[in-house]
Amino acid sequence: MNVEAIKDLLYKMADDQLILGHRNSEWIGQGPLLEEDIAFASMAQDKVGQSYTLYQMLNELGEDVPNQVAFMRKAHQFHNAQFVELPIGEYDFSLIRHFLFDTADYHRFDMLINSSVEPISLLARKLKGECRYHSMHADSWIKKLGNGTDESISRLQSSLNYAIPYAFGVFEESRMEEDLITENIFGGEIALRERWIEHVDNVLGQTQLILPDLALESPHFGGRYGEHTEHLQPLLDEMSEVISTDPTADW
Amino acid sequence: MYGGGNTFEKIKARDPHEEDPVLLAEFEARIERGEKIEPTDWMPDLYRAQLIRMIEQHAHSEIIGALPEGTWITRAPGFKRKLALMAKVQDEVGHAQLLYSAAETLGKPREAMIDDLINGKSKYSNIFNYPAFTWADSAFISWLVDAGAIVNQVANSRGSYGPYSRALERICIEESFHLKFGHHCVIHLATGTPAQRQMMQEAVNRWWPPMMHFFGPPDKMSVHTETLMKWKVKILSNDETRQQWLDMYVPKVWELGLTIPDDKLKKNETTGKWEYTEPDWDEFKRVINGDGPCNKERLAVRKTAEERGRWVRKAILGKNAEYVTPLA
Repeated sequence: MNVEAIKDLLYKMADDQLILGHRNSEWIGQGPLLEEDIAFASMAQDKVGQSYTLYQMLNELGEDVPNQVAFMRKAHQFHNAQFVELPIGEYDFSLIRHFLFDTADYHRFDMLINSSVEPISLLARKLKGECRYHSMHADSWIKKLGNGTDESISRLQSSLNYAIPYAFGVFEESRMEEDLITENIFGGEIALRERWIEHVDNVLGQTQLILPDLALESPHFGGRYGEHTEHLQPLLDEMSEVISTDPTADW
Repeated sequence: MYGGGNTFEKIKARDPHEEDPVLLAEFEARIERGEKIEPTDWMPDLYRAQLIRMIEQHAHSEIIGALPEGTWITRAPGFKRKLALMAKVQDEVGHAQLLYSAAETLGKPREAMIDDLINGKSKYSNIFNYPAFTWADSAFISWLVDAGAIVNQVANSRGSYGPYSRALERICIEESFHLKFGHHCVIHLATGTPAQRQMMQEAVNRWWPPMMHFFGPPDKMSVHTETLMKWKVKILSNDETRQQWLDMYVPKVWELGLTIPDDKLKKNETTGKWEYTEPDWDEFKRVINGDGPCNKERLAVRKTAEERGRWVRKAILGKNAEYVTPLA
């Protein structure tokens, strides 16, 4: 078993889920309608819960316990894509991020069902169900607002244009990429990106939104190697505000 | 989460004496028999007005109540607390959704209720006008404020209006989980390190007066409520709910070695009633009328959320959308 490659994969997935789950939870009490507060809260719980499960797997592979790993690391030790750490902004940005990220997430878990590592395959089978609902939620809102008013269409379009280079950062290959593919642990970021483009293109094709020319975009890479925007460290400081006053105490 | 405090200010509605005496007698007989009144049934104007106000205030209390605790989701110490608090605050927003629907069956649209919340016409539970400074404040709210809400809501779930009563039954089940979560957090703090313990004690000291206010002014100060009791809009008086809560929770607070900042607080074994120092009811009035530590901030957050979300609500309506009053 290639433990290093597996850890590499689990870390980037766990960190993505934790950070985006944390961001989604910021919508509770602030959403454009109560139903969306509730939806974002549900997805936040799923994502933070998924990250916990992934950190537990890492713990079984010799890493520290989930509370320590999630709450006490510094920004440069995180492997999440920069996309998920960006502030929630307006609802149009959060919705576009939700759509672009969760489409990738759904297909990632779908691909991982075929993983040669049995615990990952079993987990993917389980989590794919949750992710499918996230993806359905995103698709239906994109179709609604992407065919809504002039304002909703133009808001979504500008958020889409802004988000695409960050979304590409999700598919940044990490240093263990070759091992992951050759050992059939994961089908790889390039293959995932292909599936993602097809899905995104299909949904956007049912709206008045235009997918930017992907060949012209330069992705925001670096997240998988610990390079982050100025937004991640303050998020982590907030997340650990209480626990770091006494990490050994029982809270 | 809702207390009994704000329900009995004067309300504009037709005097029951001006209602059709036959219909009124039938209506009262049904309530007397323990039947539920449903949205399309005849009801006196005062009953409708009173219920709209009560359910609407309850719904507002849920969404405003999500704010002081909501700020602790991003800071909750550890996975277990973070996940539980997210679920808890999500429940509160879900309660608001249920309650707005129940109030809508009486003829007032959700948007109109939220407008009245933002422009200050409609009130919400006073307790959420106080700040949650620490994690222990958030634990206090989850345990003891929710416990107060349960006392009030269990009573009101026996009320006569069908949609409200059914919404409350479901809400109470969820609140009982919140209470367990809150109690668990408080136990950990109260039996933890000296710093955790101190944080918890300070929270109890801070929240005691607003908690005593939570159930509303003493019965002797409250406006006449006989009709509302007869119509089963209100089931227990403010003093009755306060007594129930004191009886159930003061011993549990003491059991944890925490003190309560009221020297006079004790149970009179002869009367079976709790005796306590009356909280400052002038402060209660001041805060309820807008001059509390967080009133402006709470409404500003709600207002901003409404304004920022307007384009979304507009976009999903479509050109031919019509308002339809829900049936239950």
